[in-house]
Amino acid sequence: MPQPISNTDTFLKGIIKENPVFVILLGLCPTLGVTSSAINGLGMGVATAFVLVMSNLAISLVKNIIPDKVRIPAFIVIIAAFVTVVQLLMAAYTPALNEQLGLFIPLIVVNCIVLGRAEAFASRNTSGASILDGLGMGVGFTFALLLLGAIRELLGNLSFFGYKIVEADGILIFILAPGAFITLGFIIATMKWMKGRKKSSTR
Amino acid sequence: MATIKSSFINLLLTLAIVTLIAGLSLGYVYQWTKEPIAQAQMAKQLKAIESVVEGYDNNPVNEKYKVATPDGKDSLEFFPARKGEELIGVAIKTKSTRGYSGDIWVMVGFDQAGQIKNIVVIEHKETPGLGSKMTTPAFVNQFLNKHPEKLKLKVKKDGGDIDAISGATISSRAYVEAVQSAFDTFKSSVNHATAN
Repeated sequence: MPQPISNTDTFLKGIIKENPVFVILLGLCPTLGVTSSAINGLGMGVATAFVLVMSNLAISLVKNIIPDKVRIPAFIVIIAAFVTVVQLLMAAYTPALNEQLGLFIPLIVVNCIVLGRAEAFASRNTSGASILDGLGMGVGFTFALLLLGAIRELLGNLSFFGYKIVEADGILIFILAPGAFITLGFIIATMKWMKGRKKSSTR
Repeated sequence: MATIKSSFINLLLTLAIVTLIAGLSLGYVYQWTKEPIAQAQMAKQLKAIESVVEGYDNNPVNEKYKVATPDGKDSLEFFPARKGEELIGVAIKTKSTRGYSGDIWVMVGFDQAGQIKNIVVIEHKETPGLGSKMTTPAFVNQFLNKHPEKLKLKVKKDGGDIDAISGATISSRAYVEAVQSAFDTFKSSVNHATAN
């Protein structure tokens, strides 16, 4: 049995303390790939959060009737089904965003965060807690992608959510792949620095 | 955690049931989103056609037909724009496979004389900030209201009339090539029509 944790902790841990991108460093492929603008980061984050919550819920419901040996294939089928649902819905109702994100939507299936939470949390906890865990991780992931996307768009294109702030060219490299690594590195460094300061001030 | 034993028959049954339920629900969602997806695609094509030919009152997507390119390797989709009975122009969906990354799909609008009315990029995966500038007016304006027989459809580096986007010669070349293939196909279709 896991030690008793309060519901708020289950939800909040995914946002800062165990943020899937900035702290656990999981799911970096879509993180680096799609965050060339704030809206892309937001879209990808919300799509992943939806899959996380739904698959956590479904897996926590069926955890007792799935034999141990086939648990991973069963989880993957469940996750893949939800990802396909998201993809169909996006193609139907947000076609422009769907084209922008392209291949990265089907790739949510192999996002380590989703299977990681299914295996580490949903298959051992009640459905209520699993939904909270999925929500927390989803919000944390969305927050991370939105932050990355917003910073890259601001520096690279001098715009915010598509609105030009200054009519000039930005620093191109921030929209390209290297900019994703540079920005992510600086964000992680900043978070570590803040954590370190907090620790030393309480001492 | 699992209360069911991992016997062979249990493994088989659970996996079969899980996939069956997943498959059934996907089938349901597919049916549900089929119509909106078709509509979204139609709207996207109509929007592209709308911006390259104007003043028509038919639905060009419903009247689309395919014409083989002169070299016979491919065929392009033609969307005729009519006002009443009169044909006033045609939008041609064309592509180049020689982009910097992936295919570039372009919609080119011609009037009856073969002048380029407008060009829009439907889909591309070129580098943001470099190749993606092919959608900006500064580049596209070089083509507008020109007749490809008088405008040399090549980038200046290759001895043509088109100023390539700086830093994106490959994308510019591919774009120009796509426009050229649309015009060649347009010309051969007109020649066929008058020969008959």
